[in-house]
Amino acid sequence: MKDSATPDVAGLYIHIPFCRTRCGYCNFYSVTSLFRIPAFLAALMKEMDMYSRKFSIFDTVYIGGGTPSLLHVQQLRDIFQKIEKSFVLPPNTEITIEANPADLDISFLKALQDMGVNRLNIGIQSFDRQILAFLERRHTAEQAIYAIEAARNAGFDNIGLDLIYGVPGQDMASWLDTLSVAVSFHPEHLSCYQLTLDADTSLGIRRQKGDFSLPGDDLQYDFFMKTADILKDAGYIHYEVSNFSRDMRFFSRHNQKYWNHTPYLGLGPGAHSFVKGQRWWNYRSLEKYITEIEAGKQPVQEMESLTMEQLQLEALYLGLRTKRGINISKFAGRYNCDLIAQKEKVLKRLQEEGLVAIQNGCLRPTLSGLAVADSLSLI
Amino acid sequence: MKNIRNFSVIAHIDHGKSTLADRLIQHTGIIDDRDFKDQILDNMDIERERGITIKSQAIALPYRARDGKDYILNLIDTPGHVDFSYEVSRSLSSCEGVLLLIDASQGVQAQTIANLYLAMENDLEIIPVINKIDLPSADVERVIEQIDSELGLDPSGHLKCSAKDGIGIEDILEAVVQRIPPPKGDPGAPLTALIFDAQYDPFRGTVIHCRLFDGTVKKGDSIRFMSNNAVYKVEEVGIFSLFRKKTGKLSAGEVGYIIAGVKTVSDIHNGDTITHDTKPCDVPLPGFKEVKPVVFASIYPIASDDYEDLSVAVEKYTLNDASFVYQKDSSVALGQGFRCGFLGLLHLDVVQERLEREYDLSLILSVPSVRYRFTFTDGRVLDIDNPADYPDPASIIKTEEPYIRATMMMPERGLGSVIKLCKEKRGVNSTLNYTSPGRVEFTSEIPLAEVIYDFYDRFKTITQGYGSFDYDVIDYRESALALLDILVNGEKVDALSQIVHRDGARARGIMSCERLKEEIPRQMFKIAIQGAIGREIISRTTIPPFRKDVTAKCYGGDITRKRKLLEKQKKGKKRMKMVGSVSIPQSAFLAVLKTGHN
Repeated sequence: MKDSATPDVAGLYIHIPFCRTRCGYCNFYSVTSLFRIPAFLAALMKEMDMYSRKFSIFDTVYIGGGTPSLLHVQQLRDIFQKIEKSFVLPPNTEITIEANPADLDISFLKALQDMGVNRLNIGIQSFDRQILAFLERRHTAEQAIYAIEAARNAGFDNIGLDLIYGVPGQDMASWLDTLSVAVSFHPEHLSCYQLTLDADTSLGIRRQKGDFSLPGDDLQYDFFMKTADILKDAGYIHYEVSNFSRDMRFFSRHNQKYWNHTPYLGLGPGAHSFVKGQRWWNYRSLEKYITEIEAGKQPVQEMESLTMEQLQLEALYLGLRTKRGINISKFAGRYNCDLIAQKEKVLKRLQEEGLVAIQNGCLRPTLSGLAVADSLSLI
Repeated sequence: MKNIRNFSVIAHIDHGKSTLADRLIQHTGIIDDRDFKDQILDNMDIERERGITIKSQAIALPYRARDGKDYILNLIDTPGHVDFSYEVSRSLSSCEGVLLLIDASQGVQAQTIANLYLAMENDLEIIPVINKIDLPSADVERVIEQIDSELGLDPSGHLKCSAKDGIGIEDILEAVVQRIPPPKGDPGAPLTALIFDAQYDPFRGTVIHCRLFDGTVKKGDSIRFMSNNAVYKVEEVGIFSLFRKKTGKLSAGEVGYIIAGVKTVSDIHNGDTITHDTKPCDVPLPGFKEVKPVVFASIYPIASDDYEDLSVAVEKYTLNDASFVYQKDSSVALGQGFRCGFLGLLHLDVVQERLEREYDLSLILSVPSVRYRFTFTDGRVLDIDNPADYPDPASIIKTEEPYIRATMMMPERGLGSVIKLCKEKRGVNSTLNYTSPGRVEFTSEIPLAEVIYDFYDRFKTITQGYGSFDYDVIDYRESALALLDILVNGEKVDALSQIVHRDGARARGIMSCERLKEEIPRQMFKIAIQGAIGREIISRTTIPPFRKDVTAKCYGGDITRKRKLLEKQKKGKKRMKMVGSVSIPQSAFLAVLKTGHN
């Protein structure tokens, strides 16, 4: 197995825009009209045809959503068969699927294995009943525990768990409980996201109305640092702001493509694609997506060509979210910007403050630096 | 000539001068009611918003009086603020009479008196007009009493009006005709014309506003400015209707304009006398002086890239404001900018606002300063207004600063606090005068530097808006001075340096640090703010860093969304000034500039 994605081999993302119920914090595009799944799948197949000449090979595939795990086995099998018919997936391709714990049973999980899925990312969020209720999750803590055990039993050796902290009403003890339960299953990968609410989500609207407030900066900082500490002690590598992995082998290869300006193709409503300085995204509407494709058109809502300055900014903010940081000479070559020369003064200051370090030709955020990575990218 | 009247309206600020002018204009019917824009003489937004008239203007009003004859009433508008008293005096010398407008609820105020004195110096007929008589708080009897006791005018000659509601306007116009004398002068004598204003017209160059005392001026004449003997050829003359109206000639007694190919307003000096080049008058009209700035500050663009734009803006701005002076300046912290001189603090505010608004710039101002006088060990004497030029203390044997005489009028109950304020501001030689029951006039000699900080605001608060303030610069007096520097993370921010009185240095240092702490947002690292005199740190404060500022999740491949947010933040950051590695917002500079009492 490889440590990381082969440079410049593209990744494939497929967005399954369906959920049984919407969670109040989530800003990904999804609808609950499950009867439209067949129409969506038909459109998706056609969309793959549209790109089969432009893209030939993917070494990561990520089925996300929405809730891909609510598809039937046969529907998923159709998707994978179509992918393999349209594109080449080399032998060690990372194939991830996102799942809701409530959807996982042993036979479904075994079927996923048969299809070649080798990485399972389960949306656990919390093991606390009240927190799950606040987040409007449709599964229970018991279902979550069952799902993880079933995944292991089915033979998954690369399991990722998503958790959320900083939920109103959640104190440090409650969060650490959830974290320790998660760690007890020895998942290969953990994503610990601080709850952030976009204004147009239902929880976001409630927050603006003043129904509740999110923890303040100091508490958020404590959550962040404590999480980092505990997972470090448990043997995890904190390789990105919110991402932890037991070994470099288990870093999400697909997500790293997003962070490295590696090409990726996103299919399905609202999905984003990026190739050589161009980014485009599909309509964030299932019906518009379907009608465009039925009319023989690519369902692209907008396309942008990034300027060098924009690429620089992206590379800075994405790079400074990772433990590896930014390779200074590669950055200079790729983005035409000598960071050391141009930012000498502020970098010196940031080093003195222990927010960044320069090691082996890389500009790296320290742990405190990761906590302020957004600001670091604005230097 | 006997059908001409030249007059002005003078008043304390907010006593309704512009509104009265509007009503007079409306009454004479030279403009349709439906085209009427309130306060038509104040044609700059800022003037209208602030309710003050910065640039004076003139307008000729046709009026058929009750005697059945037609008259031309030249209404010459005057600026309504102490910073512009010279301009007021020049406008007044173009008139034979004034309407002295007094707010019926506010009564006589400091500028009412200051303006009255200016009118008296010019031997003008003075008609007291009590305005806002319909206000519930109006106290007409008290004002009539004040006209007698405080102004020394015959109270029986007063008029009453409500400019807002158009009450009493006809009587005012009638009084202008009957009581203000017609101009005197000889159209055949050598040309003698007084410049009382100038405006820049982008198509025609400078438009000179003038009053002819003797002689006649026509298109094609060669005219000479007596202050500098500059000669120009007259291209156009005319009078002020709502817009300029060509007349071909202007004669003694008339008020009008001359266009003569003068490029900038700075080439024109208010109060200067115009005569014919070939047949000049013997002596210029009296009262001319060059206006000298008394408050100085440097201005810098927030974005260094905007320096060129600022440079163009300043140059264009000067075309229309001869009392604004500037020269290039540069700051270590803020880059290239301009050192500017202003007539006073209000003038400074107005200039800043106009540059920002009319030229779409974001500016930072250094702490305003007065012009200090230094005497050196070798006997040299130097005037310095820029803290950046503060000399080596070892070479100084004497430091002096300008003093003003402040005249304040207020209800008696505020007196104690005002006396305290003046004392705190190092005021000396105070006098007290009971002008009428319950009202006092208090004067004090105060260093100008103390007044340009927060004097106005505190005075207004103490007197609850019922006090008024006026000042004259009187002389220079010896004073112990020091240079206060502000350091941000050890780096001196030269634009925040201030020349201060030694006794107040520590307090000023503490205040500056606290103000900056309130305005500078938390950043990634700790920020130390210090006040220093020489090497001695006299005040310090720190801003702790923020510790958490990172988005948890980049939404899948949607990198664009987050980038757009960062681009927005980056733009916001560009509007701040980087000092070392600290971003300082414009508001922080302003906060220090307004340093004062909370």
